Amino acid sequence: MAPEWDIPILTTTVDKMVQWARRSSIWPVTLGLACCAIEMMSMAASRYDIARFGAEVFRASPRQADLMIVAGRLSRKMAPAVRRIYDQMPEPKWVISMGACASCGGVFDNYAIVQGCDQVVPVDVFVPGCPPRPEALLYAIVALQRKIDRQRAFAYPAARP
Amino acid sequence: MPELRTETLTVNMGPQHPSTHGVLRLVLELDGETVLSVLPTIGYLHTGIEKTAERKKWQQVVPLVERMDYLSAHSNSLAYALAVEKLLGLEMPERVSWIRVLLAELQRLNSHLVWLGTHVMDLGATTVMLYTFNERELLLDVNELIAGFRMFPSYVRVGGLREDLPAGFHDAVRHILDRLPGRIDVCEDLLTKNEIFLRRTRGVGALSRADALAWGLVGPIARASGVPYDVRKAFPYCGYETFDFDVPIGAAGDVFDRYAVRVQEMRQSVRLCRQALERIAPRGEYAARDVRVVPPPKDMVYTEMEALIQHFLIHSQGFTVPAGEAYVPVEGPRGEHGCHVVSDGGNRPSRVKMRSPSLLACQAIGKLAVGGLIADIVAVIGSVDVIMGDVDR
Repeated sequence: MAPEWDIPILTTTVDKMVQWARRSSIWPVTLGLACCAIEMMSMAASRYDIARFGAEVFRASPRQADLMIVAGRLSRKMAPAVRRIYDQMPEPKWVISMGACASCGGVFDNYAIVQGCDQVVPVDVFVPGCPPRPEALLYAIVALQRKIDRQRAFAYPAARP
Repeated sequence: MPELRTETLTVNMGPQHPSTHGVLRLVLELDGETVLSVLPTIGYLHTGIEKTAERKKWQQVVPLVERMDYLSAHSNSLAYALAVEKLLGLEMPERVSWIRVLLAELQRLNSHLVWLGTHVMDLGATTVMLYTFNERELLLDVNELIAGFRMFPSYVRVGGLREDLPAGFHDAVRHILDRLPGRIDVCEDLLTKNEIFLRRTRGVGALSRADALAWGLVGPIARASGVPYDVRKAFPYCGYETFDFDVPIGAAGDVFDRYAVRVQEMRQSVRLCRQALERIAPRGEYAARDVRVVPPPKDMVYTEMEALIQHFLIHSQGFTVPAGEAYVPVEGPRGEHGCHVVSDGGNRPSRVKMRSPSLLACQAIGKLAVGGLIADIVAVIGSVDVIMGDVDR
């Protein structure tokens, strides 16, 4: 006969539990801009299988997504649209800048390309490469999960004096 | 009973849409579910590659043009390299041409696999996408083997190839060629007689032969409408005239025919690859015998002063190309990739212009989709296979 206290319980804080849930089911928005989008698809497809990290649910609507992977070169004409998509995503939301072009303009140091998508949206993780390997993007998602783990779900106001 | 007042609805599709394959934006005018007009809006991926190329040295342009049509890197760099080589008057050894043919056909397989996966995924068949991407990974492994890079190997250079083939290249390619026809069969089993797929594609987005010619369409779209134009047959390059292959032609010009033509093309590509692989010796010449463009071998650089100077010149200020202009078309996965280069006699191009098949295909979307249902637009976009990097450049 089991002791009376032998019931499945787990003690944690609400903060930690919420952050655990958030990081374990990141839903990215499909924002394929250029070449990197193909590698992003490779990451979601059979060999690399992002589903192992719980982030395989690519959403076409930004209103259902909480991660934006800026995959590819961001032109000046596209930049307002990207900002608008970011604004349509519900909080909390995160951004991965995928590839050299999205991170800093890459080889295209010219009139047409925004020299880094962090001029338009706040970026959490930058991924180098042109395009980055799917493993690099997987690593970025894991790095983002670690970052979410460190964040707090509820921001408590500082105690008033 | 008052008359029911109706009005048309204008819908904006894109630039962020999962089925527009990139950042294509379509402004649709709808009457209920019927499409009245389609206005493709491009420029969301304008990268200024052609302008950037003007301040790069001749050899440095190769990685830039590879990023134009990012699913067919070899076609872009091959068109560019052939155009510059035409200006330089370089004669390529046969082995180099055959390796280029092999890589171009592997690239066509690669591109068509991505097209097949994404196109039918848009129509609801997700399984095929997982299958085709699995096969594509093997082709990317070959790219990685020859150049250490998955998507843009920059292996085709002006004056030949980057280096000789690595050990194990033949085995890797043979493994793919043995495996691929069976995998194409599996995909065809899932699609070609699939009732849902047939209903979504038969008679949808039909394009007549006359229209295909009038809109200047090339590649699989034109061939599906019965235009037997293939650059490999019409203006052979790299010794394509010595290979034995057929050009598949469709008749109806609808979405299904474009699918069928591309699948047949994949089988023909496998056939071409087999012939090319047999001709290529594992080791041999990999560049033209021309000291102006190709750096001397390393052992000469270390022992001879003139070779060292030449090596230094080619790698620092680059080679010069005689003044003039050249246009060379190659048959890419989407049709005629043409490269027009202009030289003023310096070490940098004066102008690099790509004639991209996707741009013309993109303007035909309006023609194909008008009169159909809004759901069929997704099928039409997938079947013309536009790559926005190639449209906007």
